[in-house]
Amino acid sequence: MNKRFFIGIAISLVFYGVVQALISGEILNDFYIDTLVMLGVNIILAVSLNLINGFTGQFSIGHAGFMSIGAYVSAIMTTNLGYSFPLGLLCGCLAAAVAGLIIGFPTLRLKGDYLAIATLGFGEIIRIVWLNNDYVGGAAGLNGIERVTNWSWIFFGVLVAVVVIQNIVKSTHGRAMISVRENEIAAEAMGINVTKYKVIAFVVGAFFAGMAGAFSAHYFYGIAPTSYNFMKSFEILVFVVLGGLGSTAGTIIGTILLTLLFTYLQDIPEWRMVIYSMILILTMIFRPKGLLGNVDVTKFFKKGGASKNGGTTTTP
Amino acid sequence: MAAQQQLLKAEKVSRVFGGLKAVSDVNLEINDGELVGLIGPNGAGKTTLFNLLTGVYEPSDGDITFSGTRVNGLKPYQITKRGAARTFQNIRLFGEMTVLENVMVAYNMHAQHNLFSSILRLPTHFKGEADMREKAIEFLKIFNLESKKDEIAKNLPYGEQRRLEIARALAAKPKLLLLDEPAAGMNPQETTDLMNLIRWIRDEFKITILLIEHDMGLVMGVCERIYVLDRGQMIASGTPEQIRTNPKVIEAYLGQEV
Repeated sequence: MNKRFFIGIAISLVFYGVVQALISGEILNDFYIDTLVMLGVNIILAVSLNLINGFTGQFSIGHAGFMSIGAYVSAIMTTNLGYSFPLGLLCGCLAAAVAGLIIGFPTLRLKGDYLAIATLGFGEIIRIVWLNNDYVGGAAGLNGIERVTNWSWIFFGVLVAVVVIQNIVKSTHGRAMISVRENEIAAEAMGINVTKYKVIAFVVGAFFAGMAGAFSAHYFYGIAPTSYNFMKSFEILVFVVLGGLGSTAGTIIGTILLTLLFTYLQDIPEWRMVIYSMILILTMIFRPKGLLGNVDVTKFFKKGGASKNGGTTTTP
Repeated sequence: MAAQQQLLKAEKVSRVFGGLKAVSDVNLEINDGELVGLIGPNGAGKTTLFNLLTGVYEPSDGDITFSGTRVNGLKPYQITKRGAARTFQNIRLFGEMTVLENVMVAYNMHAQHNLFSSILRLPTHFKGEADMREKAIEFLKIFNLESKKDEIAKNLPYGEQRRLEIARALAAKPKLLLLDEPAAGMNPQETTDLMNLIRWIRDEFKITILLIEHDMGLVMGVCERIYVLDRGQMIASGTPEQIRTNPKVIEAYLGQEV
């Protein structure tokens, strides 16, 4: 297990080096770098939402809210207060995690649709707080944020997010989360502290959503409340559902496909949403559990023993 | 009786749902090592009483003592931690998980490695996981399920799902095992096997068992003592022989002569 883990990391690092070389050699132009950063941000968002929705089975659709906390807090730290980006990034992540904790305790008593509505409401409340706060620029948002995020930041961000989440999932703690998804009453009867695991999933998920927010804020120069409305939350949810709830590899593939599709369809704006919707409908008809739902990709790499982490699936 | 220690005691336990008294003033005592049955007609409140004993519901009134401590109002996982594991009337396995993982979930509450050692893949993580795996495999061997350890639980045949559910409950190392209608949906042959399994579990694991059952043959054959619940009230208790001839029990099951 240890060995395969390090092989996976090594392959990822080679991939990182190759792309970095291509960027340094100016073979990849700005358009490609933009796309890579978008991909990275979306993967972090989707993988972290998958921990909550896919593995723990808690239907949350307020992920854009956590993302906005990361974006705003980090931007305030760097732009308004003049701290360094790493510190801003850390504060953004922690602030989002704390928000996850605060939201988690009261709302996780809710189940199914009720939880979805509560988290949706939470996302909107956060957005409206930013919208009505002059310190963060109100509707215009915060502008003039320095561009710090680059390929290295985004690559290692994705790597950390995927490895941490996979390491949680492939352990007794992950099994506890999955057991909560599978049958909450039985999980509790088997000695699983259901509330604790739900809150852990929420906090870790929010932490990485905050990370994604901080990265995107420090790449696109400015942030505005409208970028974090419920449509954004749904977008993330669609990545996860299309890729396969409860499958990290599936989520990553789904995110890559949809992000690229959306990027390349920009040339034909009038057909964009039509094609996008058609693909979603067809996937749901032919693969109702998502592209890789029910498929554990790690099995293909397995030679006995437990599963691997990161590795080829971490390539953004 | 002096040598036997009291394990579970319910004193005047009641549970009200709206205007309905599902369980009222029930007294129950179970000593260490006993195999006790709980029977009663449909809707008598057997499962409700089970849910009260395992913390799924909180009693509206009365006290429940387990191993000498009062457990009223504790959450199910806290009661399981104190040593009472259960199965369910309608099987509740973790359907999408493998047989092995189902059993491994039971070890979570005794896990030696915390979340951070798992995230950082510290040596304690690997040791803890390997221990759990080993123990779970040992357990599956005892229950003849080892060959199926990598199968998805929901794909098992019905009888094996029941067996897995019991194995999973036992993996939690309980002092008291509560079985809610373990023979439901089984044919006579499977029921006989189950009877033997239950007796064997009691002797092998030296634990106390409380079981709800509709199958009279099974209850009479395997239990040493039986409680009878009817319309939320405990109407009788005693040995199978006493229960068989108790007029109140006959009345509850067969109705009164007109």
